Amino acid sequence: MSVILDAQGLTKNFGAVTAANEVSAAIEKDSVVGLIGTNGAGKTTFINIVTGYLKPDRGSIAYEGRDITRLPPRDITRLGICRSFQIPQLYGSLSVFDNMMIGIGIVLRNAGLAGYLSRRAALVPGYGEPAEAVAERILARFGLLEYRERNAQVLPGGARKLLDIALAMVARPRILLLDEPTSGVSAQEKFGIMQMVLEAVRAEGATVLFVEHDMEVVSRFAQRVLAFYDGRIIADAPPRDALAHPEVKRYVVGTRA
Amino acid sequence: MNRTEAGPDRTVVLLLASFSILAVTGPWLPQWAMFIMTIAVARGLVVLGLLLLLRAGLVSFGQALFYCLGAYSAGALGRFFGISDIFVEMLVGGAVAAATAFVLGFLLARYRGIFFGLLSLALSMILYGLLVKSEALGSTDGFNILPSTLFGIRPGAEWVRYAVLLSAAAVALVAALLVHRYLGTPLGRLAPAIKDNEIRVEYMGASARRAVHVKYVIAGALAATAVGHIDPEMAYWTTSGEFIFIAILAGTGNVIAPFVGALIYGAIHTLAYDLSPNTWQMSLGAALLVLIVFLPEGIWSLFNRYVRHS
Repeated sequence: MSVILDAQGLTKNFGAVTAANEVSAAIEKDSVVGLIGTNGAGKTTFINIVTGYLKPDRGSIAYEGRDITRLPPRDITRLGICRSFQIPQLYGSLSVFDNMMIGIGIVLRNAGLAGYLSRRAALVPGYGEPAEAVAERILARFGLLEYRERNAQVLPGGARKLLDIALAMVARPRILLLDEPTSGVSAQEKFGIMQMVLEAVRAEGATVLFVEHDMEVVSRFAQRVLAFYDGRIIADAPPRDALAHPEVKRYVVGTRA
Repeated sequence: MNRTEAGPDRTVVLLLASFSILAVTGPWLPQWAMFIMTIAVARGLVVLGLLLLLRAGLVSFGQALFYCLGAYSAGALGRFFGISDIFVEMLVGGAVAAATAFVLGFLLARYRGIFFGLLSLALSMILYGLLVKSEALGSTDGFNILPSTLFGIRPGAEWVRYAVLLSAAAVALVAALLVHRYLGTPLGRLAPAIKDNEIRVEYMGASARRAVHVKYVIAGALAATAVGHIDPEMAYWTTSGEFIFIAILAGTGNVIAPFVGALIYGAIHTLAYDLSPNTWQMSLGAALLVLIVFLPEGIWSLFNRYVRHS
């Protein structure tokens, strides 16, 4: 399989703390990769560097051979790398439906289809449908239609997580980075959420990287695991091998047992 | 947010109807009413720009900068070039303000909240300071602009007020229609999203800063339409405060609201001044207090309530 994302020697210091220490990983196209590690191990820092929120002190990231290391988040998003957040980032005062419409509006605009004088009912690129239909379709896929008119800030926890991911899916990403998609969600909901997300992603054909603390979830959904400890990647292997790795057992799994 | 509805857009119909009624009944209005309405239209234009910024969660305490800039541009046209056509004055005023806002926008669009407010205030006070010191522009006294002409014709004395009112209303109509259209575009719709969550806006591939910059330029151009006597007070912070007062009074629900708000403000102002010339500020303050308590979303929310019930 071809490499879609290639991180080389990413290093990021915050004062005396090294959040990323020579992190290198080549991510294959259409793979599902789990990022594990204790809090502060460098998982979110890795996602933040890839999506442009943080600029690394050293190292580079190539997306399909193109250097994206210094690009701002919006440009990286436009290239097809989208993310969700550990704490869902929603438009709290707007309804669930309007949250989607904002996102679709941006997609239309970036495609040059929604200028000041353009027609109202432009078809959303990649979907071939008008904006309203696309919003409904994505909401249906994430089981959010029942909350359609509800304000985003009063949604239950699981629905907030799903809406956050749904917003990341609007632009049909080629790479989707999910920062703890199941945190703050009850144990029985976790598998359902991951199932739903991965089905949606598979239908669109995207590469997925997800941060996860629950090793059951990781073993079941990831094809490959990157284990982080102290800003470094200590294991990079399929789930079974990675979880059996002595350092992972000691620093990642062990601490949570 | 705009939902596709069958039938004509209610806002557009209401705007066109109001303009037509004003155009037809205008000549029969008493002079004082025409004066109040002209001022209301001018203030409404400034507040229309404020509406754009307020929707994005930004309060500009310095719209008087552009209000004043527009007026001085118009005045300078007459004083130095002998041009007195209302539309040329408005166009040039708007262009000068837009260009200034474009340049200042690179700085202002980086700030939010109180920093945005105070920086905009500071910029307008700098202009005030400059104007007060400049003899060529009349210092603290300002100067009078030439009597208005319309496409080269100077209306008769009894028609001047009407001509000015109608011209201002025509510009306001076009501006309101354009802003209404803008609010329906993705960039226009981004305002509440920027207010709610800029991080998400960026991570969906849009630039919040650019959207704010565009809104600031539009707001600046809209604020630059003023007619009458010109003095540096127009750039003073109390003028900006007046516009925010009207914006709060009006609400940000619709492009018509600023004009309704400006008219009601003008009426309250005139009435309060008439009844007690020494304490009119107190009456205005009381009115604002009542509004904030009972209609926190402005007068326009009354209209929305009515529409929902009907």
